[in-house]
Amino acid sequence: MTSAPSFGTRVRRNEDERLLTGRGRYIDDITLEGALAVAFVRSPMASARIISVDTSQAMALEGVHLVVTCDDIEHLDTEMPLLIPDPSLTSPRTQRPLARGEVFYVGQTVAMVVADDRYVAEDAADLVEVVYEPLEAVVGVDRAVASGARSVHEGVAGNVAAHSRQRSGEPDAAFASAEHVTSVTVRVERSSAAPMEPRAVAARWDSVLGELTVWDGTQAPISVRGGLASLFGLDEHRVRVVAPDVGGGFGQKVLLFYPDEVLVPWAAVKLNRPVKYIEDRQENFLGSTHERLQVHHIELAATRDGLVTGLRDSFLHDTGAFIPYGLAVAQVAAGQIAGSYRIPNISVDFKAVYTNTVPVTPYRGCGRPHACFAIERAMDVLADDLGIDRFEIRRRNFIGTEEFPYDRPGLIFADGQPVSYDGGDYARALSLLEEALDPPAFRAEQEAARSEGRYLGLGLACYVEGTGLGPYEGGHVKVHPITGKVYVNTGLSSQGQGHATSFAQIAADEVGVSPSDVVVVEGDTGEFDWGVATFASRAAVVSGNAIRKAALIVREQIVHQASQMFEAAPEDIVIEEGKVFVQGVESRALTLAEVATMSNPLRYAFNKAAQSATQFTPAARRDGAALAEGAHPGLEATDYFSPASTTWAYGVHGAIVEVDPATFEVKVKRYVCVHDCGRMINPMIVEGQVIGGVAQGMGGAFYELLDYDAEGNLRNASLMEFLMPYATEVPRVEISHLETPSPRNPLGVKGVGEAGTIPVAAAFASAVEDALAPLLHGHLLDVPLSPTSLHAATRAG
Amino acid sequence: MKPSRFEYFAPESLAEAVALRDAHPGAAVLAGGQSLLPIMNFRLGRPEQVIDLRKASELAFVRVQNDVVEVGAMTRQRDLERDEGAARANPLIAESLRLVAHAVIRNRGTVGGSIAHADPAAELPALLSCLDGSVEVAGVRGRRRISAGELFVFHLTTSLEPNEVITSVSFPALEPSWGWSFLEVTRRHGDFALAGVCAALKLDGDRCVGQVRLAACGIGTTPVRLSTAEEALLSRPLTEKALREAGRAAAGYVTAGDETQASTAYRRQLVEALVRRSLLRAAARLERRTS
Repeated sequence: MTSAPSFGTRVRRNEDERLLTGRGRYIDDITLEGALAVAFVRSPMASARIISVDTSQAMALEGVHLVVTCDDIEHLDTEMPLLIPDPSLTSPRTQRPLARGEVFYVGQTVAMVVADDRYVAEDAADLVEVVYEPLEAVVGVDRAVASGARSVHEGVAGNVAAHSRQRSGEPDAAFASAEHVTSVTVRVERSSAAPMEPRAVAARWDSVLGELTVWDGTQAPISVRGGLASLFGLDEHRVRVVAPDVGGGFGQKVLLFYPDEVLVPWAAVKLNRPVKYIEDRQENFLGSTHERLQVHHIELAATRDGLVTGLRDSFLHDTGAFIPYGLAVAQVAAGQIAGSYRIPNISVDFKAVYTNTVPVTPYRGCGRPHACFAIERAMDVLADDLGIDRFEIRRRNFIGTEEFPYDRPGLIFADGQPVSYDGGDYARALSLLEEALDPPAFRAEQEAARSEGRYLGLGLACYVEGTGLGPYEGGHVKVHPITGKVYVNTGLSSQGQGHATSFAQIAADEVGVSPSDVVVVEGDTGEFDWGVATFASRAAVVSGNAIRKAALIVREQIVHQASQMFEAAPEDIVIEEGKVFVQGVESRALTLAEVATMSNPLRYAFNKAAQSATQFTPAARRDGAALAEGAHPGLEATDYFSPASTTWAYGVHGAIVEVDPATFEVKVKRYVCVHDCGRMINPMIVEGQVIGGVAQGMGGAFYELLDYDAEGNLRNASLMEFLMPYATEVPRVEISHLETPSPRNPLGVKGVGEAGTIPVAAAFASAVEDALAPLLHGHLLDVPLSPTSLHAATRAG
Repeated sequence: MKPSRFEYFAPESLAEAVALRDAHPGAAVLAGGQSLLPIMNFRLGRPEQVIDLRKASELAFVRVQNDVVEVGAMTRQRDLERDEGAARANPLIAESLRLVAHAVIRNRGTVGGSIAHADPAAELPALLSCLDGSVEVAGVRGRRRISAGELFVFHLTTSLEPNEVITSVSFPALEPSWGWSFLEVTRRHGDFALAGVCAALKLDGDRCVGQVRLAACGIGTTPVRLSTAEEALLSRPLTEKALREAGRAAAGYVTAGDETQASTAYRRQLVEALVRRSLLRAAARLERRTS
């Protein structure tokens, strides 16, 4: 028996008071006595041979402690790991912490300076003289694969790191017998997550204990710990990695290792002094990974009434100069290229291509926005080609509720498992969008507006999102005997997702306390040291279910302990709001702290509660041993959850826009989001994720573009010139929730971290295209959309 | 993104500032710091000395007299934006300032600093050009006045001598018989304009254009006075034809090349549209002001 569940309710966030009153602790807030600062010498060339590096002037500068090149960094002078190997990744290349002999992108680290402070470190970095012999830069996927293109890496012909081919069904037969084929080429531009807090690493070496502590603004503290232990030849328990408050990750911080992540700990050991590196905004653009750029050539085979029978997609994925995270982004794009639609016959090929640009790793969405843009734009064009309404063509092709689980044999998802959707009601989501936007009424309004020279448009995009990937996460739940607070640990960490509340709700319901009495501690390998990382919208699914399992065990322990104390039957024990009592006898309730104390046989009575738990107290006296065989002291349990398969969230977004036909400014009049992420733990947090995702999606739709010139210089490596939407640009988002419990985990949850981002660019391209239809020559197939690109689109042809 | 080493001065008077400027011709003058500090932090500029004018309180004032709004160079943009006397004398000033970046930037940014920085995409230089305003500058050899037309030479370049400092900026007043408008298009709220058009307009008794002033930002290497567009309008009513001709004449002033955020062709169309809309808005306001 429990009190009303907090699961599914809008519980206020446990972390907000601390974060909103300035008591967050980010890495730069962590004071380390005598810490030195780091600056890097970064390549100004996209591709060049290093002829010489002279560090003598830099070393001579007052306040400089260390200036090192690849020659000085001992065992670290090696290629960093390829995190996710794949058979089709035939030419993997990863970078060294400091360049040896050659540089491959503007921003690559060539030398490291450690100095009294960052000012001196930057002065010294300026004094390091590097002589380069420039080589021709390879920029742009199209140029990289063109015949005669120079190889970014010696021995990688055509710059193809990987060539993957997947088939599901009989695509060739579907196209051979198609009544109609629509083909489009779409392009999603290169972007960056640009988290509010750039990356940061601090390290301290304790030479007495032989212990290395590293504070790292990472999404994967346990994985970083494993990697560092391996690199430094230490046992894992001699390395503690702490990811404290982290100001946004969005995937950029899941990569390991960035050069600083190994060089800063190395310098701390070398100098036997704490060392701190706080990446600045320019370095975040030049030294931390990018994402998004893909060019898809997608074809749909269809019957005349719009039933899509086959899909062929061939795309280029720009992986930048190295491919440390393997094929994850491209693999995810390939795996969900057919979106929400039945489409039984699929062929999807991609090439991951090297260019002389910053390496590419997952960024919120991780291939999903790219795939969604391709399929959704193609569906719109198909609808137009066949003269079918854009809503209607989607309805005709949706996977039906009775068809789940829906498998796409032959397509492999990013977890190495075959693509298999677990459930939902896609048509219902579309109906909700129609109810919200009322397309017939809109068409009348659109026509009236056009007669006044005003251009209104309605667009939509559906999406699916494979979430909650394995391999596993763990949960540890413990009731503290002094305060009665319930402590929860898990191995992954938060970068602002609200874990301290969502996980608290899960544990609170199972144990029988209020979520505010649950303390979630994450991101510290000293607290819990098994797990993987935060990525792929997986925390709620994987850690959430692990925490639930552990909490259930603790609940049993409480009931067992209390039934002994009350000499009552276990089924009569009630736990409510942290009080434990026998059904009907609430007046004689014990606190959880008392139960926890009693669960630990004591010898010493260090406080009042402890008096009753000592072995000399009649109440605590047991026959025989104080602890029964197989029992352990305390109310505490650890358990793990390992999902057998991905769980698939889905939804549809719709927008109504007005486009100024002279200035091509786009005004968003409505933005409606219908989504289903399974059972919601906390609708308020879900809505925060969705709205934040839409904001980030707007970046991709209208603003974000990393502007490389032909020589490989990034022309907009600042927040002045790399445009992200402000609050002033993000419209009010109207949200409708659907809740189809996932059959693939006991909580019935699906991930929601990336959902909001996925369809936004496709929905806006659809809406703007609808608005400008009378003026356009062709379809809008590239994002971001800008006034200039829209102006050009009305002029071409 | 830390500046390289520099010597810092914070003179407490204009005279002291001018003497320092003369002694250190390579020094940078720090007014509000909204442009200079990013330049220094990116190490795009590495001045060996910085002369911070924040203590020269004699340079912060707004005076309205003799049909001129005279603004001390160190007046914060936000203070001028909220100055009621200035707003009465020339409502176009506040309208322009509201388009300058964000309020927090205007809290720090100064009127003199923006003019001295001479960014061709900035609003205040365009406003000064539109109004035929001027600046007063001081050097060791005394003071002189430079008209807007003579001041802006090139991208981020003015005709000030290296040892001179702007002391005040003078915006002529706009009598109630003038209509006004500043319109611009930015990628996001508060960004530099892809193009902006500042207009002031006076109609004759027969509703023909008596006087008109038009200037644009974001289209060339300086703020641009759109003289041929003005000429195309004189003595004509604001008919569709007149507006179109003025817009086309204005579009001819666009010299900015193709950039990621705006192609030349787009900027031409944009300036044409903004000239038209700005004139119509100025005329509508005039109607409200006089009716």
